[in-house]
Amino acid sequence: MTTTLSSAISWRAVLARPYFTSLVTVVLLLLMFALGSIAYTGFFSLQVVFNLLIDNAFLLVVAIGMTFVILSGGIDLSVGSVLALTTMISAYLLQVWHWPALLVMVVVLLLGAAFGALMGVLIHFFKLQAFIVTLAGMFLARGLCYLISINSITIDDPLYVAMSQTRIGTATAFVSPSVIIALLTLALAIYLAHYTRFGRAVYAVGGNEHSALLMGLPVGRTKITIYAFSSFCAALAGILFSFYMLSGYGLHAQGTELDAIAAVVIGGTLLTGGYGYVAGTLTGVLILGVIQTLIAFDGTLSSWWTKIVIGALLFLFCLAQRLMSLGAEKAANVPGSTPAEGKRSLASARPAL
Amino acid sequence: MNSKLFIGQDDHAPAPRWQQLLRHPLLRPLAALAVLLLIDLLLIPGFFRIEFKNGHLYGSVIDIVNRAAPLMLAALGMTLVIATRGIDISVGAVVAIAGTVAAMLIGGTVVMHNGVPEYASNMPMGWALAAALGVALLCGLWNGLLVAGLGLQPIIATLILMVAGRGLAQLLTDGQIITVYYQPFFFIGGGYLLGLPFSLFIVAAMFVLLAVLMRKTALGLFIQAVGINPVAARLAGIRTAALILFVYIFCGLCAGMAGLMISSNIKSADANNAGLLLELDAILAVTLGGTSLAGGKFSLVGSVIGALIIQALTYTIYSLGVPPEVNMVVKSVVVFLVCLSQSAEFRRLFQSITQR
Repeated sequence: MTTTLSSAISWRAVLARPYFTSLVTVVLLLLMFALGSIAYTGFFSLQVVFNLLIDNAFLLVVAIGMTFVILSGGIDLSVGSVLALTTMISAYLLQVWHWPALLVMVVVLLLGAAFGALMGVLIHFFKLQAFIVTLAGMFLARGLCYLISINSITIDDPLYVAMSQTRIGTATAFVSPSVIIALLTLALAIYLAHYTRFGRAVYAVGGNEHSALLMGLPVGRTKITIYAFSSFCAALAGILFSFYMLSGYGLHAQGTELDAIAAVVIGGTLLTGGYGYVAGTLTGVLILGVIQTLIAFDGTLSSWWTKIVIGALLFLFCLAQRLMSLGAEKAANVPGSTPAEGKRSLASARPAL
Repeated sequence: MNSKLFIGQDDHAPAPRWQQLLRHPLLRPLAALAVLLLIDLLLIPGFFRIEFKNGHLYGSVIDIVNRAAPLMLAALGMTLVIATRGIDISVGAVVAIAGTVAAMLIGGTVVMHNGVPEYASNMPMGWALAAALGVALLCGLWNGLLVAGLGLQPIIATLILMVAGRGLAQLLTDGQIITVYYQPFFFIGGGYLLGLPFSLFIVAAMFVLLAVLMRKTALGLFIQAVGINPVAARLAGIRTAALILFVYIFCGLCAGMAGLMISSNIKSADANNAGLLLELDAILAVTLGGTSLAGGKFSLVGSVIGALIIQALTYTIYSLGVPPEVNMVVKSVVVFLVCLSQSAEFRRLFQSITQR
C-alpha cells in the first residue's frame, strides 16, 4: 500500500518536473527515428540525420526567434513573410544592383531587425495585440516582395553558390554551412536565454508582465528586443533559404510561421509564456523533419499527411500541456510541491489571448 | 470614443443629434467606404452605372457586393468569436473542407436524358449541402471544444485545424482539384434571384437571423458579457463554456456556407487554395467594422461594412491598373492605421501633438 502510494507520488513528481515535456519530446524523436530505421532500409544513417539539419536549418533559425517571442507570451506571424522578403531583397540587391554579397547580408539582417523593432514598438507603446500587429506585418512583408518583383529572381552570386554547394565533412556524412550557422545561432540563443539579463527578463515578462514591470525590469526594451530578434532570425533564415534555393521569390516559405510555432510548442515551450527551453525547439524542428523524412521514405504516403500529422502532434502536445498544468494545480495543494509547479499553475490561470 | 455608445442603445444622452451622429461607432467605417466609393466615382468611368440585362442587374457595385458575399459570411461568424475574446484562424481550412465535401458528393456524372446528355449529381443536392455544412459544424465544434472544454488559447486551438484541415481536405480529394458539372449547384454562388445575386440573399438571411438572435434574445448581451470579463460573466451565472462553444460552432457554419459559395462560384473544389487567407480578411473586416479585438464590443453591421470596404478596395486597385500585389501592402497599412486609431495610447499621443 505504502509502496504504491510513494511510487504514485514519485511518478507525479516526475510528471511535474519542469523538463518533463522536453523529455517526452526527445523520447518521441528517438522513437520515431527508431521506427523509421526498422521500417525502411537506409533510414538508419548519419547522413539522414544530417539531411534533417540541412533541410531544416532555416526553420530552426526561424523557430529560435519564435521561441523568444512565445516565451515572452507573444506571437510573431510575420516571420515567414520576412523570410521571403529577405530572399527577395538579397536577390534584387545582388542581381540588379550588383552589391557585394557580404554587404547584402549585413543590410538584410539590419533591415530584418529594424522591421521587428518597429512591430515591437507598436506592440509595446500603443498596447496593440502582438497577433494583429504581426499579422499586418505579414501582409506588408509579402506585399513588399511583390512590389520588388512578381517573378522569381535567380541568384548566381559566387559566394551564395559556394555556400550552397560546400559540403563540410566526409563524403558519406556531410553538412552544409547553413547547418553550422543555424547551430551557432542555437548556441547563441541558449546563452541569451539562460545566462544573460535579457534572457531572465524575457522569462519574467512571459510569466507576468505586470510583475516584471513592478520588479523594475526594462519591459519595453525587452519586448522590442524580442521582436527585433525574432525578425532578425527570420532574416538570417532568409539568407540560409537563399543559399538553399539560390533564388528570391515572394512565394517562398509560405506557412513557415505555422511550422515554427508548431516546432516551438512541440519543443515544450508553454504557449502562455514564461516557461520552456530554447534547446527544446531543436527537438521540435527535428520532429517535424523526421515526419517529412518518414513520409518521403515511405513513398506511398502523400505530402498532405505531413500537415495532418503535424496538426495531430500539435493537438497532443497542447493537450498534454493543459493536463499537466491542471495536474500541477492539484499537486500545488500537496505539501512539498516545487516552486516550478506553482509557477505553471499561475501561467495556466492567466486568461487566454 | 465612448464605449457605452457602441451598440447604439443610447437612450439618455442629452447631446445634440449631430454630436451623437459624429460619435456613432459606424461613422468611421462608413466614412472609409464613402471615401473609397468617391475615389471610384472620380477615377473609374461608369462605376455606378447599373444595367438590367437578361433579367439580371449588372454593374461594378453589384459585382463588389457579390464578390464580398463569402467574406461577409466569414466576417459575421468571426465577429461573434472575436466578441468573446477569441479568434478563429481555421476559417480558410473549413472553407476548403466544406467546398471539397460538397463537390465530392455532388460531382456530376453524365446521364442520357431523352437522348440529351445531362449531368446528374451523385447524391441529392440537399443532402450533399447538408453533409458539407454538417462537416463545417463539426469543425466548429472541434474548435469550440478545444477552447471552451480544454481551455486552450483560441489562436493555438484553431491553429491545429488550420494546419491539419487543408491536409484533410487534400486527403479527401487525393490532392486533385474536383470539378463539379451539376448545374443547380452553380446557383448558390453564381445564380440570380429577382435580378440580384443569390449569394446576397444567403448573406441577408444569415444577417437577419443573427441580428434577431442578438437583439431579441439575451444572447448578444451574454456574448458581450463574456467578452468584457469572462470570470465575472461566469460568476454572474452565464454558462460561459456553452456560449463559447456556440460561437465557434456558428463561425464554423458561416465558414462552411462561405465554402459552398466559393466552390459553387468557381465550379470546383481546390483543397489547396480555396479560401486561402480568408481568415485574415475576415479578421480585418471585423476590425475595420469597429469591433474591438480585446472582446466585448461588437457590431455586426460594422463587420459587413468592413467586408465591403475590403472588396471595394480590391476592386479599386484592380480597376486602377495598379498591380494587384499592391493590395497586400495597402491592406497592411489599413490594418496598422485602424489598430492605431483604436489604441488609447496613440490617441493621447496624437492629441498632445495637435494641441501643442
